Amino acid sequence: MVSTSENKNYKVIGTRPIRHDGYDKVTGRAQYGADIKLPGMLIGAVLRSPYAHAKIKSIDTSEAEKMDGVFAVMTSKDLPRLGDVVRGNSEESGSEKHLSENVMAFDKVLYKGHVVAGVAAKDQNTAFEAVKKIKVDYEVLKPVINVDQAMAKDAPILHEDYTGDHLGKKVKNSNVAAHARHEVGDIDDGFKKSDLVVEKEVDMQTVHQGYIEPHSGTAVWDEEDRVKVWTSTQGSFSVRDSVSKVLDLDVSRVKVTPMEIGGGFGGKIPIYLEPIAAVLSKKTRRPVKAMMSRTDVFDATGPGPGGKVKVKIGIDSEGKILAAYADIRLEAGAYPEAFIEAAAKCVFSCYDVPSMKIDAYDVLVNKPSSAPYRAPASPQVAFATETVVDEICEIKGYDPIDFRLMNVAEKGTRTALGPKYRTIGLKECLEAAKNSNHWKSTLDSNPSPGKKRGRGIASGYWFNIGFKSSVNLSLNPDGKVALTEGSTDIGGSRASIAMQAAEVLGIAAEDVRPSVVDTDSIGITDVTGGSRTTYATGYAAYNAAHKLIEEIIEKAAIKWDISEDQIEYSDGIVKSKTDSELKMTLKEIADDPPGGPIVSSASVDLEEAGGGFAVHIADLEIDEETGKTDVINYTAIQDVGKAIHPSYVEGQMQGGAAQGIGWALNEEYFMNEDGVMLNSSYLDYRMPIALDLPMIDTIMVEVPSEEHPYGVRGVGEPPIVPPVPAIGNAINDALGLRLLSTPMKPSRITEALKRKK
Amino acid sequence: MHPFNYYAPETIEEATEILKKYGDRAKCLAGGTDVLVQARGEKFELDAIVDVKKIPQLTKLEWTDSHLIIGAATPCHVLYEDPKVCEVFPGIIDSAFLIGGIQIQSRASLGGNLCNASPSADAICSLIVHETTCEIAGPKGTREIPVEDMCTGPGKNALESGEFLVSLKMPLKKGKFSASYERFIPRNEMDIAVAAVASSLELSNGKVSSCRVALAAVGPTPIFAKEASELLVGKEPTDENIKKVSEKAKDIASPIADMRGTVEHRKDLIEVLTRRTISKALERVGG
Repeated sequence: MVSTSENKNYKVIGTRPIRHDGYDKVTGRAQYGADIKLPGMLIGAVLRSPYAHAKIKSIDTSEAEKMDGVFAVMTSKDLPRLGDVVRGNSEESGSEKHLSENVMAFDKVLYKGHVVAGVAAKDQNTAFEAVKKIKVDYEVLKPVINVDQAMAKDAPILHEDYTGDHLGKKVKNSNVAAHARHEVGDIDDGFKKSDLVVEKEVDMQTVHQGYIEPHSGTAVWDEEDRVKVWTSTQGSFSVRDSVSKVLDLDVSRVKVTPMEIGGGFGGKIPIYLEPIAAVLSKKTRRPVKAMMSRTDVFDATGPGPGGKVKVKIGIDSEGKILAAYADIRLEAGAYPEAFIEAAAKCVFSCYDVPSMKIDAYDVLVNKPSSAPYRAPASPQVAFATETVVDEICEIKGYDPIDFRLMNVAEKGTRTALGPKYRTIGLKECLEAAKNSNHWKSTLDSNPSPGKKRGRGIASGYWFNIGFKSSVNLSLNPDGKVALTEGSTDIGGSRASIAMQAAEVLGIAAEDVRPSVVDTDSIGITDVTGGSRTTYATGYAAYNAAHKLIEEIIEKAAIKWDISEDQIEYSDGIVKSKTDSELKMTLKEIADDPPGGPIVSSASVDLEEAGGGFAVHIADLEIDEETGKTDVINYTAIQDVGKAIHPSYVEGQMQGGAAQGIGWALNEEYFMNEDGVMLNSSYLDYRMPIALDLPMIDTIMVEVPSEEHPYGVRGVGEPPIVPPVPAIGNAINDALGLRLLSTPMKPSRITEALKRKK
Repeated sequence: MHPFNYYAPETIEEATEILKKYGDRAKCLAGGTDVLVQARGEKFELDAIVDVKKIPQLTKLEWTDSHLIIGAATPCHVLYEDPKVCEVFPGIIDSAFLIGGIQIQSRASLGGNLCNASPSADAICSLIVHETTCEIAGPKGTREIPVEDMCTGPGKNALESGEFLVSLKMPLKKGKFSASYERFIPRNEMDIAVAAVASSLELSNGKVSSCRVALAAVGPTPIFAKEASELLVGKEPTDENIKKVSEKAKDIASPIADMRGTVEHRKDLIEVLTRRTISKALERVGG
């Protein structure tokens, strides 16, 4: 580990205790979304569109309704029609109308797998059989399945009633939901003065988050029009928000209980089945649970957007970047929002660029509505930028780390969207990369006949959001602390949040017991996403722990009848500053404290944590005859701010790298021209398995964030950004080939090698 | 999923009766690693599942003077845990060890892999290059066919109504014989062949006295590449002669383009894998 902060004497932070939810998870006791069972529960199933683009002319549910064991059938007629109101923040924006239409199609289906009807029946088999009896009359339309098709003249239009914003102009009948531009300085002048200008366009395929646990939704709609929902989500409050909007209920009528979550990576932020289960429950007065299959998950839930990104960079004769231009076209899927603002923020984020211009297009296509996927849109744009940078280094003979250091973004560097960086750690990461054993090692470029090896390096960025979090603490009579919070735990955040409270209180991590509770039991807490949870909910825990100490001192003052300023607290002991006789442990003060139990709560609404940067080094071995690529060495270097629980930070770095390697080498939505995904199973959607990855070495660089008392930055997202260009650059190093489309799969490699010969 | 009856007959006759009664509405269950997944995926609708694992002939592993007989439902792990099978038929082990992971190999059988008749099946090419004979039972008694005649199309086999596969019979070669199977997948496990080749050869006096090459995932069924195989018979197994075989195998391959691979890549892979499997078989015979 590399650390730039002076080594503070933390007792809990930086240690590696067993996570509080560990035993439940490894023994199988933990309850995930589909594990919920309620008395009298029915099973819900949905009918999905076989077409990627069609008008719904009519739906006949009569045969299904007549079936034995079927309790209710619903269509979008059972949902309120919502207006076109825009809401929300960066990770969950969109209109209510679109939110509702994505749950169940009203007039048009916009992707294969779009839900058109739902059934509640006594069991799954009956529900599936009933769904088959629903007859839908479609008028099939031509789909558009990539940005080129969607932006072509005379392209079929997904949303005829939608008004897009093109550089401030209101535009109808376009699949471009938005065109935004960001400009800094004069790029024409910058390119004119440049000694070398390199331009590349990359083509990214649609990818899926690939969480192990499919989506599910369970709901009870009671006689008072109160709706209880159980689901696996990254944000119980965002589910409450979304469900109440789709059902047109006040938020207080909806209570969401988050179940354990088997992965999300951003894809468990949107809602899908929850409102359908609720409406079916309303109709049947019984609990209803609906679940997805893996194919449903691929066909109809949030992929990460594909798209095309063009980047042009000009440098002067010294190697200093003068100007940069990006043209970013990302697939929003069926409804707007492909994170183009995030793309613009990230595309040149690693460099100090005096003049830049970024055009970003949010493009509607007949694919499932894209959802956040780990640093949404950043890997897509990094592939273009980092490939261009690698090519500049290749042409000019620059060392790729030295070139990046020469142009490095640091504190005070102006970003594309305006604000200047506060303290960031990219420079430190590049230096750590340069000093790493991996970078200093040599690689045999031709280890055996027909085998070539190559090394690539790339950097990447995520900005890390802040927002709202709440934490409650309660001191139990045994002197231990119960912590309740609203952040669903996707990657060890119970531990990382509890550890911050434990550090303040000076007690062991095990003595703070965290629980993730329902939306009626804790203050509003934004999603577990944007790498905000350890930062923001951890900050709330830090504040709540300080408030708990104030309470403890207050109670001790009453008990001892001395003034509060005579009392101090440290490491689980409250004592008088002057009278050594007056001293209590937490257990002693918690036993019948005067004026009632000792509790505290805190909430925060934070700014961004300060960006996180990653630098990855990849070594590949490629079989020239078959195109098979093996990753043989891999090192992930990242500025993690302060690693609260280093094992989980390393896990995030390794997990992000593993997913990024998957994007680079094999993952894609393989679709036919009708917009049907042909590889919607784990057999053919080729994510890397354990045998496909080497040990991913990690180097944690700690440059504390200015925004957090312990210096925490988000760590979950930066590591998925560099892998695609790092692998692409390594392929170029091995074979002298620039592959500009993902995935860089074996057939692309052998076919490109043949063309080269 | 349509409800179905489950039968577990203990004799060939009993099984034949049930299969005859249900005709196309019944399927045999060996390891179930294909059938159960397909039934759940509603690839077909069944009234009966006939579990054949309780019939002794279906799970045997028997050496005679002239053959190795493998029951149609004998799971893969029985093969690779048997030292003699490993020594005499390493090419068969290549396949048995590739089908699924350890859990799957504890259930899945070569016979099931054959009857499932997938164009990319990992066992069928190996069975072809081992000159395997299929012993089939049915309402009209038993019959034998060469394994290369078993697959008739993707997911289709030569079994007639009421018939089922009892065992696979592989001749024991007198000379220096070995085989090898290799598939190409972009990952390192848990995948289906983009292209695959099995090769076998027998050597006498430094020359190839018999040779068989079979190709998978490059046609509607696994292909016995007879014309390619014959090019090596009577010749010395030099790189140049092997190259001729592999070029011919590439010509014979007639793949489609799909999510797993392109036509060009698959044909190229056949050439590479033919060379590699012949060389491997040669290495194994010590030639």
